[in-house]
Amino acid sequence: MIEVRWHGRGGQGAFTAARLLGQAVAIHEHKYVQAFPSFGPERRGAPVLAFTRIDDKKITDRSEVETCDYVVVLDDTLYGDNVTKGLKDGGILVINTTQDAAAFPKKGDYTVITIDATALALDILGRPITNVPMLAALVAAAGTVNSDSVLKAIDDQLAPRIREKNKALFTAAYDKVKGEL
Amino acid sequence: MSEKMFICSDEAVALGAKLARPQVIAAYPITPQTIVVERLSDYVEDGSLKATYLHVESEHSAITASLGAASVGARTFTATSSQGLLYMTEGLYYASGARFPIVMMDANRSLALPWNIYGDQRDSLSQLASGWIQLYAEDAQEALDLTIQAYKVAEDPEVMLPVMVCLDGFVLTHTYEVVEIPEQDKVDAFIPYQNYANKMDLDNPTSNCITAGPDYNLEFHYQQHIATLKAGEKLIAADKEYGELFGRTYGGLVETYRTDDADAVIVTLGSVAGTTRCVVDALRAEGKKVGLLRIRCMRPFPEKEIIAALQHVKAVGVLEKDIDHGCEGVVFTNVNSALMRGTTKPATFNFIAGLGGRSILKGDIAQCFDKLLRQAAGEPQSPTVEFVKLGC
Repeated sequence: MIEVRWHGRGGQGAFTAARLLGQAVAIHEHKYVQAFPSFGPERRGAPVLAFTRIDDKKITDRSEVETCDYVVVLDDTLYGDNVTKGLKDGGILVINTTQDAAAFPKKGDYTVITIDATALALDILGRPITNVPMLAALVAAAGTVNSDSVLKAIDDQLAPRIREKNKALFTAAYDKVKGEL
Repeated sequence: MSEKMFICSDEAVALGAKLARPQVIAAYPITPQTIVVERLSDYVEDGSLKATYLHVESEHSAITASLGAASVGARTFTATSSQGLLYMTEGLYYASGARFPIVMMDANRSLALPWNIYGDQRDSLSQLASGWIQLYAEDAQEALDLTIQAYKVAEDPEVMLPVMVCLDGFVLTHTYEVVEIPEQDKVDAFIPYQNYANKMDLDNPTSNCITAGPDYNLEFHYQQHIATLKAGEKLIAADKEYGELFGRTYGGLVETYRTDDADAVIVTLGSVAGTTRCVVDALRAEGKKVGLLRIRCMRPFPEKEIIAALQHVKAVGVLEKDIDHGCEGVVFTNVNSALMRGTTKPATFNFIAGLGGRSILKGDIAQCFDKLLRQAAGEPQSPTVEFVKLGC
């Protein structure tokens, strides 16, 4: 089973990213998936978590995610011990930041990928909404999900008026991370 | 062709209710049920569901409006949670006593005080005596399937009772997973509209002034009791027929998992059964004889099934998100009562966990099994009622 933890702030769309990934692999790659937010009240700007679990067989585990293969951070001001907690050896940490990977010293045997997703989002969407480019960065770095599946999921789930721009943003972020690997 | 969708359990319940084509929906939104009523309201507005949607001002009104609709023979749906269910309580007893086959979803959430919006099962378990059939789903697919099957059981002429479909707040209501959506024509054939025998009808006026003094009161309750027991048989039959039509069955009133040669079994209900199944597999891989019994139906209570599955087990633990203060968890009381009637009675323990949304980890469940296995190995364990991960 692959477990992904998303760190964001309320309003940044971390849970939408968790769900888009879920839609992509569940509907377009026929896998078993759970996607869920951290439970409870929702407040704009407050730190939030979201999770995606992916497996080839039915997932019956309903407990909270304790260890993860991938961690995605939509906002580098959230970086701290709770971000790297439970990240497995061989895992991937993807951070939206203007800084280099060296600014996030490793605490385990995982790979750090950095991308200035905010700049890309401002350029293409005109708004600092970074969930789709951060999903793209994860998909590019992990290599376990087909990018076409995510593009189809964007078509399935995002409102028509923001679909094409988000697909362009996805591709730009995906290509950028792929180019730097 | 059935369609697969990636949706949360709230949406699955809304789609199940839509497929059942209720004629009247009366509901008041409450976390974590809100998505259900939002979706149903959308379906009615966009015309994809031909129903009267009543945006009532409270849960008490939601249940009484449902009573009114059902009393003239309309198929009805409502949904609530927590304090909303408590606010409905008076109406719950009217619905069951008047034998109105209302179907309601309850998003299991803790009760105040302390105020808390997270999931546990104290809300629905507080209403076991309200005369409703009470069903518990483990995942989104089962939540949808049970919502449809609920009408089959509720409207059966030999039952005619309201059904509550319960699912864990947040853990199920807000978790997205793949759900297969049944075809409308097959659902229509599975649950055709029924002509309720007790409906008020201008062409055939009768008195429905349901009052029974000492002369008849006992008989009313006896008949309601028999009908409730009958609902168990009807649920088993509905599950089987549903399986033939849609390819999914759930095993009736309880689901047993690796219990046949088990020394220790955990009994639970709802989504935590899924986590328990993972722990059973892990412990079995270590050679430990453990199993799971998931209660799908709390009312009628599956006494025979529980005795058959557990009477020869050495140690049984009831893991539940409930506490009846000053006594024990109410599921434990029910399970113990059933096991007293078996030929042999296992040692039984109660694990109170998950209150107010407290996380139940696989390691917590493994520790419960550890206690049961030590008891099974001849090492007496205590306490009987244990609060898991107690911090005081």
